[in-house]
Amino acid sequence: MKRQSIDNMVRSGFLLVALFSITALLLIVVFLFIEGIPIFEHISLKKFLFGHFWYPTDDPADFGVFPLILGSFCVTILSGMIAIPLGVMTAVYLAQIAPQRVAQIVKPVVELMASMPSVVIGFFGMVVVAPFIQQLFNIPVGLNMFNASLMLAFMAIPTICSISEDAIFSVPTALEEASLALGATHFETIVKVVIPASLSGICTAVILGLSRAIGETMVVLMVAGGAAMIPGSIFDPVRPLPASIAAEMAEAPFKSEHYHALFAIGMVLFSFTFLFNLTADYISYRFRQVGEASL
Amino acid sequence: MINKRLRTQKVSFFMLKMAAALNGMALAIIVYFIVSRGWQAISWEFLTQQPKDSMTAGGILPCIVGTISLCLTTILVALPIGVASAVYLSEYATQGKLVRIIRLGINNLAGVPSIVFGLFGLAFFCIVLKMGVSVAAGGLTLGIMTLPVIIGASEEALKAVPNPYREASLAMGATQWQTIWKVVLPVAFPGIITGSILGVSRAAGETAPIMYTGAVFFTPDLPDSIFDEVMALPYHIYVLATAGTEIEATRHLQYGTAFVLIALVFGMNLVAIIMRAKMRKKLRT
Amino acid sequence: MQRFTRPIFMATIMFFALSFPVFAGKLVIKGSTTVLPIAQKAAEAFMAENPDVKISLSGGGSGNGIKAIIDGTSNIGNASRFIKQKEVNLAGIKGVYPVPFRVALDAIVPVVNPKNPVKNLSMAQLKDIYLGKIKNWKDVGGTAGKIVVISRDSSSGTFGVWKDMVMRKERVIPSALTVPSNGGIVQAVAITPGAIGYVGLGYLNSEIKAVKVDGILGTEENTLNGSFPISRGLFMFTKGWPTGDTMAFISFLLSKKGQTLVKQAGSIPIFEL
Repeated sequence: MKRQSIDNMVRSGFLLVALFSITALLLIVVFLFIEGIPIFEHISLKKFLFGHFWYPTDDPADFGVFPLILGSFCVTILSGMIAIPLGVMTAVYLAQIAPQRVAQIVKPVVELMASMPSVVIGFFGMVVVAPFIQQLFNIPVGLNMFNASLMLAFMAIPTICSISEDAIFSVPTALEEASLALGATHFETIVKVVIPASLSGICTAVILGLSRAIGETMVVLMVAGGAAMIPGSIFDPVRPLPASIAAEMAEAPFKSEHYHALFAIGMVLFSFTFLFNLTADYISYRFRQVGEASL
Repeated sequence: MINKRLRTQKVSFFMLKMAAALNGMALAIIVYFIVSRGWQAISWEFLTQQPKDSMTAGGILPCIVGTISLCLTTILVALPIGVASAVYLSEYATQGKLVRIIRLGINNLAGVPSIVFGLFGLAFFCIVLKMGVSVAAGGLTLGIMTLPVIIGASEEALKAVPNPYREASLAMGATQWQTIWKVVLPVAFPGIITGSILGVSRAAGETAPIMYTGAVFFTPDLPDSIFDEVMALPYHIYVLATAGTEIEATRHLQYGTAFVLIALVFGMNLVAIIMRAKMRKKLRT
Repeated sequence: MQRFTRPIFMATIMFFALSFPVFAGKLVIKGSTTVLPIAQKAAEAFMAENPDVKISLSGGGSGNGIKAIIDGTSNIGNASRFIKQKEVNLAGIKGVYPVPFRVALDAIVPVVNPKNPVKNLSMAQLKDIYLGKIKNWKDVGGTAGKIVVISRDSSSGTFGVWKDMVMRKERVIPSALTVPSNGGIVQAVAITPGAIGYVGLGYLNSEIKAVKVDGILGTEENTLNGSFPISRGLFMFTKGWPTGDTMAFISFLLSKKGQTLVKQAGSIPIFEL
């Protein structure tokens, strides 16, 4: 009996530790809210989210984050336009076409891309890419939305690629064989059978990749230009949400209005990534492929 | 008729191949620039000295030590909690609401932006727990950030342990805990370590979580305790390139620091990849 | 692998076991990037003479420095502007008495790319450029081209002085690029032909071109005799009257040795050397 009770204690112990992750998440949410909510005593939620002017240190201050939100969105969407095709195409290549030996090289390359530190990518964008695109496109300055999107795409591609590859890989071979048996070429099989079957996995991959892009800090801090304006062209500088927090956090006096406003931005940012993750979870659960019959 | 379709396939496959190659090229370009321009800065002095002359000369020893201290603290925090969580999910848990909630927590923790971790670390560890700017606060923040990676890798490693191992142990009269401790964990150990190395290599390159919780611009002496602030490699690149006093003059040092950082990160990745390949070979025989 | 676990384990335990906070002298300095070159030179020299004092230095802007004093997270706060009324109120609420020390004099010089032919701008023109009312270089006597306005983040003391003296409290246009430091402005202006920015005296170098303001060039002489319109003091703030290592450091900086370092860093000493 003693052995059994020890076993039960150990089991409860492990459960307690496992609850740590959800505790940490809740703590983060709680702190964001505790420190962020006070700003809404000074300014309404509507004015915060839709105000066009971000001048947090003026007297009186303006806390409109609409240009920041728009900056984040534009950068994310633009980087998605680059990363999604590249990521999915690479995933298809790896899962369907690549010979074993080539795949053994390409897969680690994609993994290494994923582990490249964000500050190095931002540094590269600032020092090499910015002067390059400034000359190439004859634009006034190279620190802008386009540059940021390029660098963010580099960061999102590995996520999109590896999750899509898993999805494509796990399509039952019976489906592919049936298609080929009916006379389709390999490519037609991929386009008309494999990809639709793995669509939920690919969607999950895309959403998680974009979620990574919208939350990335160092790259946008160093490369996006820092202008809190509503962009008119892809070569305009922008100031995405994480960049604003990182740039201004150290100077906001503890518990000042500015401090609370920055935590409120953190709340907004967290809500976006939380929503993305929830959507990805839902899609992968609801539309998952459970055998050939459900196609 | 078939020729047209085959031609389409040929062209499309070529484009797919190009897409994959593009990734390789992008990685190669970045690595090339960092290596070619950072190589000249690397010397024994660079790796073992403190910065001098407003950081235009000297070395980056405090940064290397700082990054290593942060990594050690991260592992100390994330490994026990991560492995224990993975053990629960893989060995003890039954399908149910509780497990779904835990998984939801882990997945969402993985998606939290790094600057939000920095904010949380600042508010909770530095201010509420009064740790100030220190290795402890920075390491704890990075630890929470690395948790999902370690949990994921550990769970995979645990799931890869064949069930017959467990069944044999239980059949001989061991309790579940004894089975886990003496049979399952040792077999899963290499996989857990591989995943942890990958997780820590991610943490080593992160800047946003340590910007306000652990790292500072300039403190040439090495930390005496975990309650000291430190310099760190990624933060050093950032400050030299944007906030330093001699940005152009230190450019070669920025490249050099980047070189050291990616050498560290890629080195850890290589170790993990090699370990994983060796394990796969072992399992196949 | 097994053979290494023991020694690694022991080493890690030792590292944390020896982590008792050591009570040698420690000095934390945070704040303005304009004061940073001075603080860094002084820190290096001071630590050479006083090896048991550990100085840790951070940038981030004058706002950071003053906040760090009020929050108690640093011993000295560097600022390239004087403390604002809001900050004084906040300090009062927290029971902190900030003490200012003027450690150097400085001027803020507008700078453009070396390829830009413009040599002189009036205060009114500078203000209109940063308001966005003047958008093209040909409107101020240069070759036609879009003016790329580069400014600093709100934490910057340099920005604070620029806002007071040039903008007369009006807002800089939102489309201005922002960089986190004086060094950042130098970097951005040097590679952007149509750019305009502003930096402290200590950051002027051959990569950028200084512009005269109302016909006066920003030099040490013109700052000391008061003819250059955008000049200011550089300060170090402490929490209450400084004691111990903090006092020693500030005294060092205000001594002849320290002021020589100020001059080396490119700013203006507060007395004649």
